[in-house]
Amino acid sequence: MCTVCGCGEGETRIEGHDHQHGHHHDHDHHHEHHHGVHTHDYGQGAAHAHAPGLSQARMVQIEEDILAKNNAYASANRRWFSEHGILALNLVSSPGSGKTTLLTRTIDDLKAELKLSVIEGDQQTANDADRIRETGVKALQINTGKGCHLDAHMIGHALETLDPDDDSVLFIENVGNLVCPAAFDLGEAHKVVILSVTEGEDKPIKYPDMFHAADLMLLNKTDLLPYLQFDVDQCIDYARRVNPGIKVIQLSATTGEGMQDWYQWLRATLQLASIGK
Amino acid sequence: MHEMSLCEGVLQVLQDNATSQGFVRVKTVWLEIGALSQVEPEAMRFCFDAVMRNTLANAARLEIIEAPGEAWCMQCCKVIQVKQRFDACPDCGSYQLQVNGGEEMRIKEIEVE
Repeated sequence: MCTVCGCGEGETRIEGHDHQHGHHHDHDHHHEHHHGVHTHDYGQGAAHAHAPGLSQARMVQIEEDILAKNNAYASANRRWFSEHGILALNLVSSPGSGKTTLLTRTIDDLKAELKLSVIEGDQQTANDADRIRETGVKALQINTGKGCHLDAHMIGHALETLDPDDDSVLFIENVGNLVCPAAFDLGEAHKVVILSVTEGEDKPIKYPDMFHAADLMLLNKTDLLPYLQFDVDQCIDYARRVNPGIKVIQLSATTGEGMQDWYQWLRATLQLASIGK
Repeated sequence: MHEMSLCEGVLQVLQDNATSQGFVRVKTVWLEIGALSQVEPEAMRFCFDAVMRNTLANAARLEIIEAPGEAWCMQCCKVIQVKQRFDACPDCGSYQLQVNGGEEMRIKEIEVE
């Protein structure tokens, strides 16, 4: 990662955020120069020691989380969200679970009542952000390039451009992936995992990290249940095994069944976000 | 796949510490990786070598300390060992478990010069 601004991926593109990634590579070379100087400084002993018994090698206790950098950015985002009374939700799922359809329906139904904005994460294309903008709310696309997840630093930069309203709901639609996004805190209030009934009911135990990290599971496409052999109770049971506290809402973004429960959860959670601003 | 980003995170911690602790080369890195963390040790080793190339940790040795998964069983009121998140308590079969160990993803210490 670049030590100046912390950018990790040279391929990440954030709409409206023109970032010069070329200078990152200069930093890499910089470290090589250090090595060159270093070889002149030290002696020629096995441990580069100048005197017997005195070794240049030493141990340094670090005791630092590998994700410490990401978590620091996430804390900064979380603080900013809380100062502005913004409810940030990190929507995670596998590709094709109906996240964007669920989101456009939610926006159409709630945009008159709540202030909403969206950050879209995909490897490539701005198709999803375009779909969201058609609904009339602010949306910003992040393309992760080779990356498999959004990280807190990308969200920080996206917020500068998107500038969500105070007391609004910010949906962050993560890259379709049930593995990597589980590990990366974005500063959101809740991870919401979307699972569709056209997938296997054992996904919660196949991808336990994600279902463990989420506070709410939306079981989508329930209108298709009559045509499928999907055991809803078994699926919920699996989800509770990895996360006894997970809440589950069954809904269909196509027919609208169950959507009111989801909206009620959004309203209640947004109210909580505005308390103590 | 995200082991690549994790290794970049490790490198950044090393670079930050190089300035604050005054070293120029990293010879060994000890990582503590919990059985329930989202890290595959073999993938980590693979990515580590690639990410550290031509940096202050070029050709550094990676040592992984594996921490076992532990959980508190609410039925038995005791600490039990788990291998996965969806494991049941080996004694009573309950899934009412609170994981309290094995989620570590930490850089423990490093050997530097």
